[in-house]
Amino acid sequence: MDFGRVISEATPLLLQGLRYTIIVSLLGIIIGIVIGLFVCLMKMSNNKILRAIAGVYIWIIRGTPMLVQSYVVFFGFPQVIQMFIPGFRLDAFTAGVITLSLNAGAYLSEIFRSGIQAVPKGQTEAARSLGLSSTKTMMKVVLPQAFKITIPSLVNQFIISVKDTSILSAIGLAELTNMTKQYVGKSYEFFASYVYLAAYYLVFVSLLMLLSNYIEKRLKYERKSNS
Amino acid sequence: MKEKVIVKDLHKYFDKLEVLTGIDTVIYEGEVVCVIGPSGSGKSTFLRCLNKLEDVTSGTIIIDDFNITDDKVDINKVRENIGMVFQQFNLFPNMTVKKNIMMAPVTLKKMTKEEASAKADELLKRVGLLEKAESYPGELSGGQQQRVAIARALAMNPDIMLFDEPTSALDPEMVGEVLEVMKDLASQGMTMVVVTHEMGFAREVSDRVLFMDGGVICEEGTPEEVFGNPQQERTQDFLRKVL
Repeated sequence: MDFGRVISEATPLLLQGLRYTIIVSLLGIIIGIVIGLFVCLMKMSNNKILRAIAGVYIWIIRGTPMLVQSYVVFFGFPQVIQMFIPGFRLDAFTAGVITLSLNAGAYLSEIFRSGIQAVPKGQTEAARSLGLSSTKTMMKVVLPQAFKITIPSLVNQFIISVKDTSILSAIGLAELTNMTKQYVGKSYEFFASYVYLAAYYLVFVSLLMLLSNYIEKRLKYERKSNS
Repeated sequence: MKEKVIVKDLHKYFDKLEVLTGIDTVIYEGEVVCVIGPSGSGKSTFLRCLNKLEDVTSGTIIIDDFNITDDKVDINKVRENIGMVFQQFNLFPNMTVKKNIMMAPVTLKKMTKEEASAKADELLKRVGLLEKAESYPGELSGGQQQRVAIARALAMNPDIMLFDEPTSALDPEMVGEVLEVMKDLASQGMTMVVVTHEMGFAREVSDRVLFMDGGVICEEGTPEEVFGNPQQERTQDFLRKVL
């Protein structure tokens, strides 16, 4: 249990892994937000088919473990695509980003939907009565308020996504957990290495929480000073 | 007098329930019309049909020569000229009072930011709330919020104003300040349709009173006629209960 040894030897490896964890998390969350918005609009549209597609997507993602999803994407998708494009390959990074985006997108779409539905109907009516179109009403009145309502759930989902990147070590993505496993394989420093790894996630997630507290304070609907 | 709003045989269903069972009326330019009646009589639904917040099941509504029941008419354009004030104010809680007023004219490119800002100041002065320009709606009393809501509706320079029970959600001591603003508006020649339970206001300010019950206009006339000498039994019944 030599923490000094682990910190000095594993730090360069973990920093390399951290880079992937951050990049994959960010990409996964950003693409997940785009997917989430689209799926949320599909789920709320008047078109039955769009609603059904969105429903099935959310159902599948929520009903299956992300580990299995990552296997389907990494091992399964290429096999199907190879039938049309011979020799097609998917690297662990791309597969990881796809898995995380699809996963976050499903949860985010439900978060967006509940946020939009939590904005009182009177807000929409007031905006429409002033002559705003439904799109402008959405952009100017509903979404800004929905965004504020959903911040805590959004941050929660971001945190889950960051932690879920560790699952992607199973498909060989060279992120934090994977790098640590490799180091443990050579050094046999189980306890110190994994505690050190946990500290990386803890710091990363704590920074996200601080950021969210800051944003929430900034978005309070009261005067910021001299009130 | 010029006809401002023409309603012909207006019917409205909510699912199987017929809430408006054939309304015909004309509202003239500069007229103040108060709509009274028991709850569930369809007053609010009638008012909300006038700017199409409720879809009309059948019948026609013509506003300034635009048939708003025709789907080809751009309802957003028509709504720009119809201000509406709600029972629950419906101010935008994430915007300051001034931003609430400026939002629509700026978003719809009716005014530049500077023009809208000047307009907002003018309107806030008119409703006596200039010092609250930078406050958020949550910091205001109900009466103040409703005055801001009136100012917000006026910012688009509408020529008709619809009021949906504007004082029903207010504490009694705040009703007066809102009615004052509405009286002021009436005295300046605004065409107004007011759904209200304030019989005093209806009697004093309106040019015409519509009494609604069961989804139709039961009786209409000048306030003197309706309050002083109601002809219909249902009107008499209602007035006996509320006066």
